[in-house]
Amino acid sequence: MNYLPGFIDFYTLYDFCLTLFQNFGFGDNAEWLSYLTAGVIISFIVINLMILSTAFYTWFERRVLGRFQVRRGPNRNGPFGIFQPFADVVKLIMKEDTIPTEADRPVFTLAPIALVAPTLLIMTVIPMGESSFLGSLNIGILFIVGVTSVNSIAIFMAGWGSRNKYAILGSMRGAAMLISYEIPMALGITSVLLMSGSLAMTSIVSSQDIWFIVVMPLGFFVFMAAATAEISRTPFDQIEAESELGSGYNTEFSGIKFAILFLAEFMAPIVTAAVVATLFLGGTKGFDPIPGQIWFVLKMFVVIFVLLWFRATWPRLRVDQIMGFAWKGLFGLGILNIFIVAIEIMIFRTEEGTVGTSNMLIMSAINWVIAVVTLLTLMRIYGQKKLERPIPVPSPLANMGVEAD
Amino acid sequence: MYGTGIIKGLGITMKNLVIPSRQFNIHQYPNRKASPADLAKLEEKNTISFLFSNPIKSVKALVGLVTIEERLPQHARFRGEEFAWYDQRCTGCASCAKYCPLGIIKIVTDTSGANLQEGQSYDIETFDIDIGRCMFCGLCVEACPYDALHMGSGFEEGTYRRSELVIDVERLRKADKKPSTWFRPQLTDRGHDPIRGSQADWDEVGRHEKPTGDQQRDRWAKR
Amino acid sequence: MTGIRTEPITINLGPQHPSTHGVFRLRVTFDGEEIIDAEPVFGYLHRGTEKLAETRNYVQIVTLTDRMDYLASMSNNLAYVRTVEKLANIEVPERAQYIRVISAELQRIASHLMATGFLLNDLGALATPLVYCFRERERILDLFEMLCGARITLSYMRPGGVFQDAPEDFWPSLESLVGDLPHYLDELESLITSNEIVLARTKNVGLLTDEQAIDNSISGPNLRASGVKWDLRKADPYEIYDRVKFDVPIGAIGDTFDRYLVRILEMRESVKIIEQCLEQIAPGPIRANTPFFIRPPAGEAYSAVEGPKGELGFYMVSDGGVAPYRCKVRAPSFINITPLRDMLKGWKMGDLIIIFGSIDIVLGEVDR
Ligand code: SF4
Ligand code: SF4
Repeated sequence: MNYLPGFIDFYTLYDFCLTLFQNFGFGDNAEWLSYLTAGVIISFIVINLMILSTAFYTWFERRVLGRFQVRRGPNRNGPFGIFQPFADVVKLIMKEDTIPTEADRPVFTLAPIALVAPTLLIMTVIPMGESSFLGSLNIGILFIVGVTSVNSIAIFMAGWGSRNKYAILGSMRGAAMLISYEIPMALGITSVLLMSGSLAMTSIVSSQDIWFIVVMPLGFFVFMAAATAEISRTPFDQIEAESELGSGYNTEFSGIKFAILFLAEFMAPIVTAAVVATLFLGGTKGFDPIPGQIWFVLKMFVVIFVLLWFRATWPRLRVDQIMGFAWKGLFGLGILNIFIVAIEIMIFRTEEGTVGTSNMLIMSAINWVIAVVTLLTLMRIYGQKKLERPIPVPSPLANMGVEAD
Repeated sequence: MYGTGIIKGLGITMKNLVIPSRQFNIHQYPNRKASPADLAKLEEKNTISFLFSNPIKSVKALVGLVTIEERLPQHARFRGEEFAWYDQRCTGCASCAKYCPLGIIKIVTDTSGANLQEGQSYDIETFDIDIGRCMFCGLCVEACPYDALHMGSGFEEGTYRRSELVIDVERLRKADKKPSTWFRPQLTDRGHDPIRGSQADWDEVGRHEKPTGDQQRDRWAKR
Repeated sequence: MTGIRTEPITINLGPQHPSTHGVFRLRVTFDGEEIIDAEPVFGYLHRGTEKLAETRNYVQIVTLTDRMDYLASMSNNLAYVRTVEKLANIEVPERAQYIRVISAELQRIASHLMATGFLLNDLGALATPLVYCFRERERILDLFEMLCGARITLSYMRPGGVFQDAPEDFWPSLESLVGDLPHYLDELESLITSNEIVLARTKNVGLLTDEQAIDNSISGPNLRASGVKWDLRKADPYEIYDRVKFDVPIGAIGDTFDRYLVRILEMRESVKIIEQCLEQIAPGPIRANTPFFIRPPAGEAYSAVEGPKGELGFYMVSDGGVAPYRCKVRAPSFINITPLRDMLKGWKMGDLIIIFGSIDIVLGEVDR
C-alpha cells in the first residue's frame, strides 16, 4: 500500500519544529514552542480542510439531492455551480447577526461553537494515512464516542439559549434522541473493538483484512442507523424537522452564528462517513496503484451518497417512534450482535487473540445468515401486525348508491 | 413483508435519478448552459466540425461556462404582458376600460386632431395600462369591439419602480405587436406564433371574416 | 415524578409556518409533545371575494373565483358558471360541457397531486415526492396553457360555455398525458403507499369517523375516506357526469392514510372519466349565445359541484341587474377544518402537521 508522501501528523510536525527551533538556539524553550507551533499548524490545517470539504459537501449534497428530485441543483456560480457554497457563506456573513432580546446571551453565543468544535475534534483521530492528524491516538475510538456526546449539550444550549418554543421543542427532542442513540452506536462500536482488539483507529484499520461490514452486517446496520440518528438525518431528522418546528433548534440564529451551525450540521455527515469508512469499510485499505487516501475518500463518498439517497427517499419517523426504534429495535440487535461476535471470537481466536482471515470468512458466513434470518423474522412479525387494513365498507349513514342507480 | 416498501422506494428514487426521460421539464432561465452540440446548432454546423473549428469555445462549453439565452417553450395562447394595441383599430370607445374588473386602464380621448376631419375615431391622448395590478385575465381584450387590444406574449417586465409598470400610449404604439392567439385562434392558421417572435399587423387580427351584406341584414332583422 | 413542576405550553403555529399551507394560524396547547387543545385562527388571507362580487358583473366574477382555491381554478370556474347558468336559464352546448368536465377532472388530478405531495412533504420526505407530483402536475398545467393561455388563474369558463375551443394540438397532448398518468400514479404509489415509514406515521392517526364527518358536514375526499359513499358527481349528476362510468372510492376507517389513498384512487377514476370524455366528445358550438352583460331575472340559485376539496357551491341572488345582489360561497376547505380540534387532540406535534396536511385546505378558499 502506498500513501501520498508528506502527509502531516502532529508528531512528525512536532519533531520537525523541534529540530528547527533547537538549531535556531531556543534551547529549553524549544519544546513548548514547537509544541505550540505544531498545534497551531495542525489546527489550521484540520479546520480549513474541514471547512473546505464541508463547502464542497454542501454543493455535492444539493446537486445529488437535486438529481434525485429530478431538478438541477445549484449550477450558476462557477462551473457546475461549485462556488455556490462560498456565495452562501458570504451572504450569511453579511446578514445581520440578531440576538433575541429575551435570549440567554452567553449560552446563545456559545452554542454554535460548542456544536462545531466536537465535530472538528473527531476529525483529528481519523486515520487518513498510516496515522491520523494527531498521530495515532491509542484510544481513538473512545475519543470519538466521548466527543460526540458533547453535541447533545450544544444542541440543548442552542435551543434553550434562544428562548423560542420551537427551538426548545427541537432541542428537547434532540437531547433525548442523541442520548438514546449513543447506546446503539456504542454497541456497534463495541463489536468492532471485539474484532480488532484495539481502541486505536489505525489498528482497527489494519485488522480489517476483510472489511468488517462483511464480517458483521448486523453491527454495521446498528451502527449506521444510530449514526444517521446522531447526525439527525432522514428518517431521524427530528431535531430540525423543518415541516414541524420551523427549523428546530436553530430557529433564532442568523448571520455568522447560523453559518457556524450550518457548518457543524453539514460537517457531521462527512465525519460520520469517515468514521463508518474507518470502522467498517477498511479505512484506507484498497489495492495498490491508487493511494490509500483516495480509497478513503472514495469510501466516504459512497457512504455520503447512501445517506443522501435515504434522505431523498424516506419521510421522517415520529419522535416516539424514533425512540422506540432505538430502544426496542437497535438496542436488542446491537446486544445480539455483540453476543454472536464474542462467542465466535472465543471459538476462532488464535494464540495471540486475533482472528485469522479464513476464520473471518467463516464468521462472516455465519453472521450474514444470522443477520438475514433475524431481520426477515422481525420484518415478518411486524408485517403481520401492522400491514393489515379492513376492507372499506360504505357507511350506512349516507345512501347515495340507492339514489343514483 | 415489513420493510420492503422502503427498499422499493429507494429503487424508485434511483430510477428517477438515472432515467433522463423522467427528469423535470426544466429550462434554465434566462440563459441556459449550452453544450457544444447546442452551439453547433446555433451556428448551423454539425457538432464535429464545430468542435474542430472552435476548440476553445467547445472546451468552455464542456466545462459549462457557455450559456445561451432561451425561453421556456410556451403555447401561442399564453396570455402575457406587453399588450399588443393597434392604433389603427382603436376608436377610443373605452369598452376595455369599462370591462376591466380592476379598472386599471385609463383612457383620455380628444376629438380635436388629425382624425377629426375623417370623423371616424377619437384621438387617443392617454392609454395607460397599469400592469402592476393587471391579472392578465384578458377580459379587456374580450370586450374590445374593434379588436384593437390584444394580450401580449411576454413575461419579463420586471422593473425597479412601480410607476414604470404603467404602460402608456407611446410605449404601446412603439411596442412589437406580438398578440397572443388566445382571442384569435385563427391567427395560428397563418403560422403566427408570438412565442417565437412573429408579429401580426393590424389588418390581420380581426375577429371575423368581413360579414356579407346578407349576414348583416340577418343580424339586424333579428334584433 | 412529584418534584417536577410541568406546565402546558401554547404555541402559535403560524401564520408564518412552513406547514400551514399558507397563512393559517393554529393556537396549539401542548403537554410536552402531546396536543391538549387546538384552536384554528384564520382570516389572514381575507379579500372579501363575496362582497367584491356584488360590484362586478357576471363575467368579471369569473376572475374572482380563480383566486379562491388557487390550486383548482377550473373547478371554481365551473361551480360559479353553473350557478349563473341556473340563475339565468342558459342552455350550455354539449361540447362545452365535455370540455368543462375534462378540464375540471384535469384540475382535480392536479389538485390531488399537490395535496399528496404536500402531505409527504409534511411527513418530512424532503420534497422528493413533492417534486415528482409537481412534475406530473406540470404537464396538466401545460395543457391548461394550451387551453386558455394561463396556468393557475385560468378564467377559462364563461356563463354559457367556455371562452374558446381547445386548439388542435391540445387533443394529442391530452391523450398522451392520459396514457401516461396511470404509470405516474403507479410510480408515486410504489414510492409512498407501501412505505413503512409512511404507514407508521399515517395509519390510525387522526381518525375521523363517518358520524363525525357527517355531523361536521365534511365533504369531498375527506368524507369518502371516512367510508361515506357520497359524491355529487354521482349523487346529483351535473354536466355530463351521468354519461361516464366511474367508481367512488372510499376509505376504510377515515385515518390520514385513508385520506391519502382516496385521493390517489380518485385520480385514477378521473383519468377514466377523461378517457371516456375523449371518446364521446363531438364537434359543435362551445358557447351559448349569451349577451355581453348578463342580466338574470330576479331570483336566487344555489348550485354545487364536486370540487377537488369537496362540495363547492355558489349561492347567488339576482335583482335583475348586471351584478349579483348577493353571492355566497360554500367553501369546502373552510368547512373541512371544522372538526380539526377533535381530530388533533391527543396526538403529537408531528401528527398535527400530517393530520392538517391530509385535510388538504387552501387558504385562499378558507378566508376568501
Ligand atoms: S387583462 Fe384583465 S386585469 Fe389586465 S387590463 Fe385587461 S381586463 Fe384588466
Ligand atoms: S382598445 Fe378597443 S375597447 Fe379599448 S378603447 Fe380601443 S377600441 Fe375601445
